[in-house]
Amino acid sequence: MIATRSVSGSSQSPRSPSSQPYLSVSVTDPVKLGNGVQAYISYRVITKTNLPEYQGPEKIVIRRYSDFVWLRDRLFEKYKGIFIPPLPEKSAVEKFRFSAEFIEMRRQALDIFVNRIASHHELQQSEDLRTFLQADEETMERLRSQETGIFKKKPADLMQIFKDVQSKVSDVVLGKEKPVEESNPEYEKLKHYIFELENHLAEAQKHAYRLVKRHRELGQSLSDFGKAVKLLGACEGNSLGKAFSELGTKSETLSVKLQKEAHQLLMNFEEPLKDYVRAVQSIKATIAERANAFRRQCELAETTKLKEINLNKLTLMRSDKVGEAEIEYQELKAESEEATRMFEMIVRLMNEEIVRFQEQKTLDMGIAFHEFAKGQARLANGIANAWRSLIPKLEACSSSS
Amino acid sequence: MMGSDNEGFEEAHLYASKEEMENLVIDNPLNDSNSYSNYRSALSSAISDTSHPLAPSILVTPADSDPILSPPPYRDHLYHNSPTESSYFEPPPFGDNVGDVNGVENHSLNLDNFGRFSRSASWSTSSSTDSEYVKITVSNPLKEQEASNSIVPGGGTYVTYLITTRTNVPEFGGVEFSVRRRFRDVVTLSDRLAESYRGLFIPPRPDKSVVESQVMHKQEFVELRRVALEKYLRRLAAHPVIKRSDELKVFLQVQGKLPLATTTDVASRMLDGAVKLPKQLLGESSVVVAPHEVVQPAKGGRDLLRLFKELKQSVANDWGGSRPLVVEEDKEFIERKEKINDLEQQLSNVSKQAESLVKAQQDMGDTMAELGLAFIKLTKFENEEAVFNSQKARAHDMKGFATAAVKASRFYRELNAQTVEHLDTIHEYLGLMLVVHSAFSDRSSALLTVQTLLSELSSLESRAEKLEATSSKVFGPGKSRNRKIEDLKETIRATEDAKNIAIREYQRIKMIYQVL
Repeated sequence: MIATRSVSGSSQSPRSPSSQPYLSVSVTDPVKLGNGVQAYISYRVITKTNLPEYQGPEKIVIRRYSDFVWLRDRLFEKYKGIFIPPLPEKSAVEKFRFSAEFIEMRRQALDIFVNRIASHHELQQSEDLRTFLQADEETMERLRSQETGIFKKKPADLMQIFKDVQSKVSDVVLGKEKPVEESNPEYEKLKHYIFELENHLAEAQKHAYRLVKRHRELGQSLSDFGKAVKLLGACEGNSLGKAFSELGTKSETLSVKLQKEAHQLLMNFEEPLKDYVRAVQSIKATIAERANAFRRQCELAETTKLKEINLNKLTLMRSDKVGEAEIEYQELKAESEEATRMFEMIVRLMNEEIVRFQEQKTLDMGIAFHEFAKGQARLANGIANAWRSLIPKLEACSSSS
Repeated sequence: MMGSDNEGFEEAHLYASKEEMENLVIDNPLNDSNSYSNYRSALSSAISDTSHPLAPSILVTPADSDPILSPPPYRDHLYHNSPTESSYFEPPPFGDNVGDVNGVENHSLNLDNFGRFSRSASWSTSSSTDSEYVKITVSNPLKEQEASNSIVPGGGTYVTYLITTRTNVPEFGGVEFSVRRRFRDVVTLSDRLAESYRGLFIPPRPDKSVVESQVMHKQEFVELRRVALEKYLRRLAAHPVIKRSDELKVFLQVQGKLPLATTTDVASRMLDGAVKLPKQLLGESSVVVAPHEVVQPAKGGRDLLRLFKELKQSVANDWGGSRPLVVEEDKEFIERKEKINDLEQQLSNVSKQAESLVKAQQDMGDTMAELGLAFIKLTKFENEEAVFNSQKARAHDMKGFATAAVKASRFYRELNAQTVEHLDTIHEYLGLMLVVHSAFSDRSSALLTVQTLLSELSSLESRAEKLEATSSKVFGPGKSRNRKIEDLKETIRATEDAKNIAIREYQRIKMIYQVL
């Protein structure tokens, strides 16, 4: 079941002829596998596409949550600057992990995750995505177990981490405690916006969740009330007793409506809000990446400069170390240029991404509000109708006795 | 780009539905009477689009035939009659038929009566039998100073209320008159009525609730009390027996200090009893219950000895081997009593659930308001920080949403206020259960008195017999023995009298019940 979210690429547009390139993915059929502590949920991931890079028009694979995590991590590594779609959280509470509601919420979120990747013009071309959508389960398992923790990093990366730490330490020692940061006012504004936004959204999401709970509580108390009224009616005879019984039954009917609406609210309003929060957190991760890239660029630029100065000195001195220094300098220069390119790419991508993000969110929230209003109006109508239909029955009772 | 077609399609769909959202006329101020019709007309314009998601579930009922908008006739009637009454149902006047003791069909204490009373609109101001009326208003609370220095610190002031009566009943000897009374006087009135009309269902008086007066603002509390007093006095005036009572007349008419005997507190009564007890045991004070005390329950009196005797009797009833001479025989009564207990249990259950229902509705309204507020903050934030148009559009949506949520929360609060009003009837009925219980306990305590006196009588008589029997065998100083016999016979006679009175009282109470 694909939720009614405006994720393009998730359904074949009826207007597009079959010759148009398309990639459509769905995550379905959660199944519990394994026993006890090792139990987990597996999902069927169905890919329908006519892209040449993919095998055939349709492919079905079985994936579990950690496979999705692998995909996300890979994309995060490779596509710096792009806001990688967020994943639903790992559930901490054991008891809740296999409840039907949780499973459904997670499935919906995973479906949206993959679809967002599939419809992003850059990300959809990722090889990792192809692997994820097509590789057999054994390959997937192998890949998944490789990429854990520090072993994720290649040796060169490890060196880089070491160097970063080194330079940080030396900075502190030399008194340059403040980390190097961009001084771009627009970007500052953006960062401030993102951090503030997360707070506001988290609060809204908290209240949305509470509202879901309130619906459930009201439903429960209507049910209890209805039962109690029916028992009271049993003390009476004739039409009065009947009136009580009608009232009690109506109350119980409404309780069911409320529970339904609570579920709707959870899936179509609270979950999108949570998704919004996650998306903002993903952006924060990208912001961190950009900061790293900027620092690296600055450091490399600095070291390159130092190397250049050194080289010139050596050249002047006609030292025999010139050749070596020249090579080192060239290498460093290349690295520095690469770092600058990387940083600039991130900046460019982020600018595009933020536009896309804002538009997407306006759409998403619009739909969420719409669903909310629909649901509430439906509920209110249902309640009004139920009570309204009761009144003539009560009048009949009162006039007859 | 691959998904662009879809995006465009979905966007169009979104914006179409946004239009529909706007058509729901969220921004129009909705005042009370027009709210429903506004909403309806707004919806019907939205309904014109057949694919509107809300269309199938909406019943567009014309306003005149909508039972929610036009309350049924009897409700209007009730409202016209008692404008100050906020509660929809009022508890019926009990003992409606007690006045006609003679030649009246045996109405069974059927709960239908409760329902019938509460639904008839006519009882609150005019009884069906004649056009006489007694209209009571309580108003004008004033703070007054205690005349003498009160021992209780912080005391010294109390509130009096102006009680105005308008009546055409000749026994009152006046058409309109007012007195000032304080709450303590009301307590006295209610206690005296309880004594004089033992066995009847008497409307319960308002609570003393000292604690509340500390917690609430003085004004709020005084106003609540004023309303409660008015309700209570009106009920008394509507009760066919009590409205003719001397106690009520005196309360409503006599100026100055209320000339009814005040109830002494438990401590001083116990003290009196404790003083009397040794005298009784030594034979100095009367051992037999005085006639005027027999008709009152032992508990509230000063005769500790009697209290002990009845206690002993009730234990013997429960644990003793032999049945007492007179028992509760009326099967119907026993059945009804059980039914009443059952009813009370269900009522209190419903009351509990009603309370949690009210709380749930309250919470719903509160959380809805908080959600709206959170989005208002978000709106402000997005507007301040907007860089893109999409943000402005979103801020606009959020504002609409937030406004609606806040409005919805207000409606929930309103709903709750009404729910509380209507469900309050349950609490009133629960209060009445107490009245019923006390009437029933009047009956059982009268029975206990009878039983006690009967067994006392039989033990006295057997003592007398023994004494007579020994006298014929033993020659002894005749005088003292004769005197003993004489005293004993005296006691027996007094006890016989008391017993007869007690039996009469018990029968009287039983009669009341029969007629109900």
